[in-house]
Amino acid sequence: MDFELSEEQTMLKDSLDRFVRENYEPAKRRALVDSNLGYSKENWALFAEMGWLGLPFSEDSGGFGGSPVETSVLMESFGAGLVLEPYLSTVLLCGKLIEAAGSETQRSEILPAVIGGEMLLALALSEPRSRFNLANVETVAASSTDGFVITGRKTVVSHAASADKLIVSCRTSGAAQDQSGISLFLVDQNVSGLSRKDYRTLDGQRASDLELAGVTVGEDALLGELGGGHAVLEAVIDQATCAICAEAVGAMQAVNEITMEYVKTRQQFGAPIGSNQVIKHRIADMHIAAEQSKSMADMAAMRVDGPPEERRLVTSAAKSKVGEAARFVGEQGIQLHGGIGMTDEYVIGHYYKRLMSIDTVFGNVDFHLRRYSEMT
Amino acid sequence: MDLSFSDEDLAFQKEVKDFMSQSLPADVHDRSDRGLHPKKEEIVRWQKILHEKGWIAPNWPVEHGGAGWSLTQKYIFNQEYFLAGAPQVTPFGISMVGPVLYTFGTQDQKDKYLSRILSSDDWWCQGYSEPGAGSDLASLSTRAVRDGDHYVVNGQKIWTSFAHYADMMFCLVRTDPDVKAQMGISFLLIDMKTPGVTVKPIIGLDLDHTLNEVFFDDVRVPVENRVGEENKGWTYAKFLLGNERNVIARVARSKYQLARLKDIARQESMNGAPLIEDADFKRKITKVEIDLMALENTELRYLSQEIAGHKLTAEPSILKIEGAQIAQAIKGLTVEALGMYAVAYEPDALTERRNDGPIGPDYAHGIMADNLYQRAATIYGGSNEIQRNIIAKLILGL
Repeated sequence: MDFELSEEQTMLKDSLDRFVRENYEPAKRRALVDSNLGYSKENWALFAEMGWLGLPFSEDSGGFGGSPVETSVLMESFGAGLVLEPYLSTVLLCGKLIEAAGSETQRSEILPAVIGGEMLLALALSEPRSRFNLANVETVAASSTDGFVITGRKTVVSHAASADKLIVSCRTSGAAQDQSGISLFLVDQNVSGLSRKDYRTLDGQRASDLELAGVTVGEDALLGELGGGHAVLEAVIDQATCAICAEAVGAMQAVNEITMEYVKTRQQFGAPIGSNQVIKHRIADMHIAAEQSKSMADMAAMRVDGPPEERRLVTSAAKSKVGEAARFVGEQGIQLHGGIGMTDEYVIGHYYKRLMSIDTVFGNVDFHLRRYSEMT
Repeated sequence: MDLSFSDEDLAFQKEVKDFMSQSLPADVHDRSDRGLHPKKEEIVRWQKILHEKGWIAPNWPVEHGGAGWSLTQKYIFNQEYFLAGAPQVTPFGISMVGPVLYTFGTQDQKDKYLSRILSSDDWWCQGYSEPGAGSDLASLSTRAVRDGDHYVVNGQKIWTSFAHYADMMFCLVRTDPDVKAQMGISFLLIDMKTPGVTVKPIIGLDLDHTLNEVFFDDVRVPVENRVGEENKGWTYAKFLLGNERNVIARVARSKYQLARLKDIARQESMNGAPLIEDADFKRKITKVEIDLMALENTELRYLSQEIAGHKLTAEPSILKIEGAQIAQAIKGLTVEALGMYAVAYEPDALTERRNDGPIGPDYAHGIMADNLYQRAATIYGGSNEIQRNIIAKLILGL
């Protein structure tokens, strides 16, 4: 039994924290948010150079064979810095899907390019009526003579605009909410019949709604088994969910540090506001929320590799606990700052926005409490 | 990072599990299972079994009768002990005054008291709180005045758990009223049979008698019964409060009570189906189950930090706050699960069962009593509000 980081993991954390310190002070981050792309290509190249893009892939795939624990170390540091690069979309979602389900050809064509930083990917999952249910897929891929024709709509696809390829979940058989009959397809960005409406998200990142109006793809675009996409999708999403739990922990710890510094400094009625007991107790509760979240995120990172039942259980337990804590800590961070916390200029609100996004992505508290409840 | 225990630790776990299943008497288990206070005879009988095994005081140094276990083994022992449904060992001797005596006591004090604590031949009680000194313990006013080779003690203690069972009390008294509150306190060991000591019962919300007032009227206590130096008692008092960290999260006890809650919710019904299938009720159970899982992993994470050599500071307060809240939430839900029978309440049945069979289902017996008693979990041992003050002081420095 051991929750401590190994020497290698500590070195990884140190280099990630250094990157965040040097590249993510609020003014630099703001400039990235306001840029066309929404993140930095230089940073992405640096991620490749540092080996971070290959971190969670097996050595067979050209990666470094990191476990979910290494991923959580990385995401916690990224959370503390509100890092904007599309690591979740490209590496943790699409890259891991391709590693898990891809053919020899797909893996060898795509993974080295991802690890090298030359290819970006996005996962087109949710639909207007799907909410958080991965099985609720109404986008149809109909069999044609030499492949498939995809028709449907995908919503809030993270970093779709900058992706070279998309992975799209489609129904190839069954009814709208069946787990079987879901297939994954690799779709090129510039394919005809695909249109995009791009926008910013709450947390300063980028997303798009996609319209697929008879997009034609070949047989070789199928990723994994025909009709068997749900299981692999669920496994990879669970892993990614645990990863963003770690990201939330990093963000909550940052909120708490910033807020503690503020309540020690801000004077009202001739004393620092932190000398009031009501503020002290709020700070204690924020600290407890972050500590409990850290324990859940660490536990989930150690167990999410387990058999499917265990994986689902720990993921939903962690996400529901972390989602609740994330909202509480984010909201109280603003509250204790008073007026300055309400401004776009000050950093605390940006943490709140990312924490709200994390609570929503891959299912909110209600969704995961219900999912856990149905398993026990 | 790795959640698994070593083969040695797993073998140890099995040894504890086997011992518990073979040795815990059925009547002791039954009362503990229901959350009722053990009778004195029951708990003493059980503690003597633990003592015979050498497991009554695992945290003590080996030379004084401890088990010599690693931090991990102590953790495993606590888990298995409470998962077996055993009652907590009476803390006043083993967890509280014992460590003070082997750390600060004279050789005579060690010789006289330690072995009788281990064998449960002496029952101790804690003379800390007073009517005017609760969370602000250092403001206590029970006075001890030196008279030759005795102190003469006058004053009153309150909320003294099980003083009516006790042979001895460890007691904080004021020996110097003219200095800062913390500087004039001494730590005395008082024989409860000394003339002038009067114990009066306080009947609790659960209508049971666990609490007492203890009055001192010119009670003569030999100077040799003082622990450590005169006026340094606050140091020993704080040492005592900080010493018992390993059971405050009460994770295993809460796991046990959660399993019992689920069991009851499976037997109760709602609109023709088992209560546990009711979505609203199930959600509440799920929420507390996940909170408990978080606490369990927090406790393990802190244990891991301790093993790695880090010194804990605010962490025990976190475990105490969450542990008490979760225990209360589980018992509150168990009361809810009983439906109408939650309000049937016969105090006599706490100690002696009715001859004509239980009121309501057998599993209902004891639940409300424990629910009422559990309200104290967020008050004793430093209230949850005091714990939040401690956390804020340690992390904020204000």
